[in-house]
Amino acid sequence: MRLKSRHLLGLEGVSRQDIELIFNTGVTFKEILSRDIPKVPTLRGLTIANLFYEPSTRTRFSFELAEKRLSADTVSFSTNTSSVQKGETLKDTVQNIEAMKVDMVVIRHQAAGAPHFLARCCDTKVINAGDGAHEHPTQALLDLFTVREKYKKIDGLRVVIVGDIKYSRVARSDIWGFKTMGAEVAICGPTTLLPYEVEKMGVKVYNRLEAALEGRDIVIVLRIQTERQEMGLLPTIREYVNRFCLTPPHLAGLRENFTIMHPGPINRGVEISPEVADGPYSVILSQVTNGVAIRMAVLYLLSGGRLPNSRRKARAS
Amino acid sequence: MESDKLIQIMDEVAVARTITRIAHEIIERNGGVGDMVIIGIRTRGAILADRLASEIERIEKVTLPIGVMDITLYRDDVQNKLEQPLVQKTEILFQVADKIVILVDDVLFTGRTARAALDAIIDFGRPRSIQFAVLIDRGHRELPIRADYIGKSLSTTLEEKVVVKIKEEDGIDGVLLGGR
Repeated sequence: MRLKSRHLLGLEGVSRQDIELIFNTGVTFKEILSRDIPKVPTLRGLTIANLFYEPSTRTRFSFELAEKRLSADTVSFSTNTSSVQKGETLKDTVQNIEAMKVDMVVIRHQAAGAPHFLARCCDTKVINAGDGAHEHPTQALLDLFTVREKYKKIDGLRVVIVGDIKYSRVARSDIWGFKTMGAEVAICGPTTLLPYEVEKMGVKVYNRLEAALEGRDIVIVLRIQTERQEMGLLPTIREYVNRFCLTPPHLAGLRENFTIMHPGPINRGVEISPEVADGPYSVILSQVTNGVAIRMAVLYLLSGGRLPNSRRKARAS
Repeated sequence: MESDKLIQIMDEVAVARTITRIAHEIIERNGGVGDMVIIGIRTRGAILADRLASEIERIEKVTLPIGVMDITLYRDDVQNKLEQPLVQKTEILFQVADKIVILVDDVLFTGRTARAALDAIIDFGRPRSIQFAVLIDRGHRELPIRADYIGKSLSTTLEEKVVVKIKEEDGIDGVLLGGR
């Protein structure tokens, strides 16, 4: 079985079939993570470079763990300790890394489209670990996987994403992913933090939290980046808290057996109250566990078709 | 290979008798079935493991734990294939540490699948011993691996095909040999 694309750049345009394949593979990897020795030798000899041009703990750890659990060799880099400081361009960095025979690149970059650029100019396979405000496909895949694990299906679920949609790559990937899998998606936030013409993505838009939550199964709460206030998009954080912070009284409007999700890191008391974040309906920590399994699945599925080494000839006999 | 004539080597009755014989051999060799578990390699090995376990149960009145193993992730040629094989679930819901593990597969050929399965089992714990049971041993090993219990040894050429059919998967039981 094979994914349609040799890269994972975003969830826009990824078929339902491919997402299902990633899920089914993810189930196997989740079982492996629960073993005494949670490691398989599948990607032995494969080298993966993790290029993180932006700070990240969760995603980076999750990818590195996934790679190590599959026995791949990894090199990681973060901008403040690399030649990027000396002004090297993205293309040069990657061509150098490619010259060292790296098979796959996992990239997080502040510019939307950076992974797509790499996929065009290099031979390596590319996985997008977040590009600007564009997409963060593995986060959305693990969100979907976590939901599917709980409800056994995604079709027909009613999802609402609350917070800073405009600058959120998680929101975009989640919207594509949940819509492809047949869920109904709405977004909610202050107008200054909603993208222009977002309705064209086929989502309902709300400015009032109470209205947005009515009859929903799943609430995905996004982090409010405090920098936004300095940009003048939020009058004050306190005003945001008053209107959009998810607190226990809000939960009354939700459907039975509802779920609260958050991609992390959480600003407790800003977009979500601690009582809600730690409540029994919150799956925030299983999202993190599932992240490793889903990333293993993606790495495994993209790793096929490795070009020739002496081994290839040797096997033909 | 358009005109593959398949010759029947074993029929349903022969397969059943062979499984019964292997069951007796396992019990004899180990002096009973204490601390024993059975693990089948997907897909046909897993079904054979089930049958072997019910034979042993019939003879010894003991139900052995049965596990299923998918060895895809342990293969040595995963990255060379253009399409990744679909990984199925491995279900070993018991401890293998200090147990006698009976590993079951349908055909023993190059030995690479068995090698992968051995690695996989050891990742679950350290068994007291692993014994390997196969329905057909067709030779041409590429690794120093042998089976402890063999249904039938066939001398084959590399061009020949050995096809094992199992009711649950293929509708009938039997072993066929084809090719030149």
